Amino acid sequence: MTQLDENRSGRTTVVGGVRRSGSSVSRNERVREVVAVTVTVLIIVGVWELLTAVLGVAPVVLRSPQQIFGEFATDPMLYLTHAWTTCYEILIGFAIATVLGVALAVVVVSSRLLQITIYPILLVLQIVPKVAVAPLLIVFLGFGVLPKVVIGVLLAFFPILVNTAIGLRSADREIIDLVRVLNGSRLQEFVHVRFPNAMPFAFGGLKLGMTLAVIGAIIGEFVGANKGLGFILIQANTQVNTDQAYAALIILSAIGLVLYGAVAWLESLLLPWAREVKEQGIP
Amino acid sequence: MRVGAYNADQVDSRDSAQRAQKPDIRLQHVSKRFRTESGIVPAVEDVTFELSDREFLCIVGPSGCGKTTILKAIAGLVPVSAGEITVFGRTVTGPYPDVGMVFQNPVLLKWRTILGNVLFPIDILRGGRKKAKGFAQELLELVGLSGFEGRYPHELSGGMQQRAAIARALVHDPRLLLMDEPFGALDQITREAMNMELMRIWMETGKTTILITHSIEEAVFLADRVIVMTPRPGRISGLVRVDLERPRAASVRLTPAFNELKGQVDQLVRGGMLESRRSEDVEDADSGGSS
Ligand SMILES: Nc1ncnc2c1ncn2[C@@H]1O[C@H](COP(=O)(O)OP(=O)(O)OP(=O)(O)O)[C@@H](O)[C@H]1O
Ligand SMILES: [Mg+2]
Repeated sequence: MTQLDENRSGRTTVVGGVRRSGSSVSRNERVREVVAVTVTVLIIVGVWELLTAVLGVAPVVLRSPQQIFGEFATDPMLYLTHAWTTCYEILIGFAIATVLGVALAVVVVSSRLLQITIYPILLVLQIVPKVAVAPLLIVFLGFGVLPKVVIGVLLAFFPILVNTAIGLRSADREIIDLVRVLNGSRLQEFVHVRFPNAMPFAFGGLKLGMTLAVIGAIIGEFVGANKGLGFILIQANTQVNTDQAYAALIILSAIGLVLYGAVAWLESLLLPWAREVKEQGIP
Repeated sequence: MRVGAYNADQVDSRDSAQRAQKPDIRLQHVSKRFRTESGIVPAVEDVTFELSDREFLCIVGPSGCGKTTILKAIAGLVPVSAGEITVFGRTVTGPYPDVGMVFQNPVLLKWRTILGNVLFPIDILRGGRKKAKGFAQELLELVGLSGFEGRYPHELSGGMQQRAAIARALVHDPRLLLMDEPFGALDQITREAMNMELMRIWMETGKTTILITHSIEEAVFLADRVIVMTPRPGRISGLVRVDLERPRAASVRLTPAFNELKGQVDQLVRGGMLESRRSEDVEDADSGGSS
């Protein structure tokens, strides 16, 4: 019995050292982050306002934040409807790119033969400059939403595919062995090990993909459209309406930021365990 | 690769009469050669040994002598090039779930809580979580981790992760426990504490166990028998029977008998003079003690 007592005491020495979970710290940090970002934005806007007043640059080139907001306020509905069109194109493009990218990643990882045959095609698709293809797509697919979505998909799916594939492949050899020991199926291997393992990588690709889907929609609208913020931007340029151009540009950036933030937020929501992985440097 | 030669139900029905005669694990002239780009690597050559029911076997030997290969071969993860492995009277042709594996690293699933990790084998075996949950909790208590069920692996220390991995290896109540340097990454003090725990778990659960280690002390402390291997190619160079009384206290390490055994194993590991000793001599070493 004395031995057992010894065991128990031996155990307590090991139990120490629990690492802290990030949650209790993060609230304070959150507040600090929000304050820091707000202050930075305010400073930039202030300096901008000041510089336009002091420098006396030609109004065609540089406009002050106040003037730009004034332009937006004259017809907010105009901007909002066009912003909605652009958002719509971005989101559909992103959604399709996600499904396509993840599905192709699974295909590429699960079969060596398919990898060899499909990968070169995908690579060529990736390398062809999309900006150059855009006018063709407009010719083929018309002025509607479709060509914008297609360009967005073409731009966005590749990083999603590559990152997801890396994630699926990087599953621990020994965990796969464990699944094999337990006579697990290939499906179980994917569902229980490879997919969850790939999630942080996939989200890296998704964030990249989101920024590219935004660019895709704008390229599409630049080349041929009668709706959307890209269309507004082109229109403003031809009319030398600098206020309108700035307003459209700022809204566009805001959309990009918000959508990117949404993906990042979803990630932190779905992958609370990935905090540590992120600390190790995966964006 | 996945051959249904092993049926958990069949294996589980322990026929005591049969068990008395047949060893749980038997390796007969097992060799393994890996085909690599630079040629054929002989990892293991002509390894023969047996394990009886509820026996605790340790394998020691320098890096690259084929310890992991043997363990994986017993688990059915690596097909042998020659010879035969039988487990519970059946020839191993592929993986079978009557094995609990503990790897050198804890290899927990980062996205599962500690309880979720322990239940992982149950999910793969489609065993029904509800029934297993109570047992998983018991195991966590056994390894001193009750209260940490909801934590994620990265919130635990290395030693705690390794203990979770041991609980995971036991959750589907396998008859065989295979451990590949489970405490290799731990400091001496934690390691000794873990040895005590493992011994207690082994005595409580009565699994037939193979543990690989680089630590001679660990091997002598835990094992009923210690197999010593030498590299290039991986061979058994000797076998030491550890007849220290159980249960063993931590202080057994200070006794002359313990140090005598340690010395024997150490000599076999260094084994210059035993170079010529072949695995056929294992029987000798077994009965008469070595050197
Ligand atoms: N998959 C493989 N392909 C080719 N060679 C391998 C493979 N696995 C192991 N080997 C070789 O087999 C030999 C034994 O390897 P093994 O991993 O069994 O050694 P070990 O005794 O476990 O070593 P360690 O103590 O370092 O873990 C080594 O020479 C190794 O290079
Ligand atoms: Mg090894």
